[in-house]
Amino acid sequence: MTTYIVRRLLLFIPTILIVTIIIFLLMWIVPGDTAMLILTGNDPNEGGRVSLEDVERLRAKLGLDRPVHIQYGDWLWDMLRGDLGESLWYQTPVIDELGGRFITTVQLAVMGMGLAFIVAVPLGIVSAVKQDTKLDYMSRLFALLGIAMPTFLIAIVVTYVLAYVFDWLPPLDYANLWEQPLTNLQQMIFPALAIAFHDLAFTARVTRSSMLETMRDDYVRTARAKGLTEMGVIGRHALKNALLPIITVSGYQFGRLLGGVVIVEVIFLVPGIGNMLIDAIIHRDFVVIQAVVVLVAAVVMFLNLVIDLIYGVLDPRIRYQ
Amino acid sequence: MANQTNQRAEVAVPPRAGMFQPAATGIREVKRFTRRKPLGAIGGLLVLVLVIVALMAPVLAPYGARELPDRHEGGSTVYIPPNSQFLLGTDHVGRDVLSRLIYGARISLYVGLGSVLIGITASFIIGVALAYAGGIIDMAAQRVVDALMALPGLIIALAIVAVLGSSLNNVILAIVIGMIAPVIRTVRSQVLSLKELDYVTAATAIGAPPWRIVFRHIIPNCFAIYLVLATYYLGFAIIIEASLSFLGVGAPPDQPSWGGMLTRAAQEHVLTAPWVGIFPGVAIFAVVMGFNILGDALRDVLDPRLRGR
Repeated sequence: MTTYIVRRLLLFIPTILIVTIIIFLLMWIVPGDTAMLILTGNDPNEGGRVSLEDVERLRAKLGLDRPVHIQYGDWLWDMLRGDLGESLWYQTPVIDELGGRFITTVQLAVMGMGLAFIVAVPLGIVSAVKQDTKLDYMSRLFALLGIAMPTFLIAIVVTYVLAYVFDWLPPLDYANLWEQPLTNLQQMIFPALAIAFHDLAFTARVTRSSMLETMRDDYVRTARAKGLTEMGVIGRHALKNALLPIITVSGYQFGRLLGGVVIVEVIFLVPGIGNMLIDAIIHRDFVVIQAVVVLVAAVVMFLNLVIDLIYGVLDPRIRYQ
Repeated sequence: MANQTNQRAEVAVPPRAGMFQPAATGIREVKRFTRRKPLGAIGGLLVLVLVIVALMAPVLAPYGARELPDRHEGGSTVYIPPNSQFLLGTDHVGRDVLSRLIYGARISLYVGLGSVLIGITASFIIGVALAYAGGIIDMAAQRVVDALMALPGLIIALAIVAVLGSSLNNVILAIVIGMIAPVIRTVRSQVLSLKELDYVTAATAIGAPPWRIVFRHIIPNCFAIYLVLATYYLGFAIIIEASLSFLGVGAPPDQPSWGGMLTRAAQEHVLTAPWVGIFPGVAIFAVVMGFNILGDALRDVLDPRLRGR
């Protein structure tokens, strides 16, 4: 077990370093100079009015005149100390803004995933138990619809239905989860539904195939042979064993889910990191883009690490691979 | 054990793909495919419609993609509901929705084909090379693949477009980087398992050099997986392009991208002018659905080992 944990941790460190290098280099190759970008206020026609000395001074102040590996080292060190730099556009520390928004985004993602699970797992089980019946085909078709619908399309359809049927429009101001938990949950339930629909399709598919696999296992046959009711076989033996891969695969998909959350946030005006990212892209605020992307990657990688470790504890077969 | 290996070798024999045979057999193969996989055939049909519409756009579209047509009855042409002149209505500038939809097929197909041809082909070369290189190179490259896997496709695409600026070719590059890691991983493991098969061992035993094994045995046996991955990732590419354009950072606004057409529709005129949003939405959905069910069916037919998963 210890060897497994150590090996997994040793793989984690170089990988996360490579992620930061990729993101850093990506922002480093920005066409045009960041200092120039700040001085001209992003307007390419302003270039003539900026003096070269000003650009040089700002470059020195931002540390852009140093060799690239020094810049990377500093950036990484600052990040480890919790300093994500200052927004180029708002001139405020990124970390102040990011914290609260990150919690909102995670809340939305978790709510969406939870809602998806409530519907998808029963759907997947029915599909597996009644394999190749009309019920199975219908639930698979439903899953297929969910996978083929881009998240923004689902979100638009949800807003459309809400506006038509319930006269509900996305609130301009979302209540704080801690101060007004009820209002907040009420407001977040609709964006969460939009996320759930997409995730649902995927989870139902995984549930179906995981259930199909366990249903063919020997212990399920044994359970049937000793005279358990079909419900008992499915609930107590098959589902229990099938659930582990369902949860882990869903966990690995968290990153994909975050991509969908970005879009849902934009459509429902939710103040999460997705809206922050889009806003930063529009203002070409590379410090913020960098911070958000690193945060997302770190969360995804950390989650994968935790899942791997838990899986290693729960399923001894994994450790010996 | 030996018996088991034999079975695997048998299954991995290249599938009978229609395109390697004379035309008459090709038609028969298509008929057989339709009978066995009716859903897949529907997917194929949707894809075919997309290709035809994209190729014939200037013939099919009543107006140009950026044209502001005059209304027969005169007056403003902004937000006209579907009627006999504008079959699918007009948008906020007064452009014909149907024409933009038809020209939009070209953008979806261009971005989809471009990113898939570049992305899947590059991933194949890298995947095969890694599986053969092994050792420290493979180990290091695997960490880079892991790192890229931690970056969600849409988010890395957003970051890349933010850096390089929005144009269709940058969108293609962004999608390629978003898809490359999982494909490399799939190809690498496929090649690693192919390397263990008896006929590869036999080829090595009779003295075939590695390049010959790769080109004569490994790559032809990867053809099925190439086709299946390409079909799936076409759907993925079209979704990402539409999402980027929807967010306003993909195709430039004057380009008739389906995702871009939805932006205004979704934000301002959901209730007053639903036709602006409904039709591009349906188009994206139908095309992505087409690629997905065609991919599923191709996978079942071409790669029997994956059937039913």
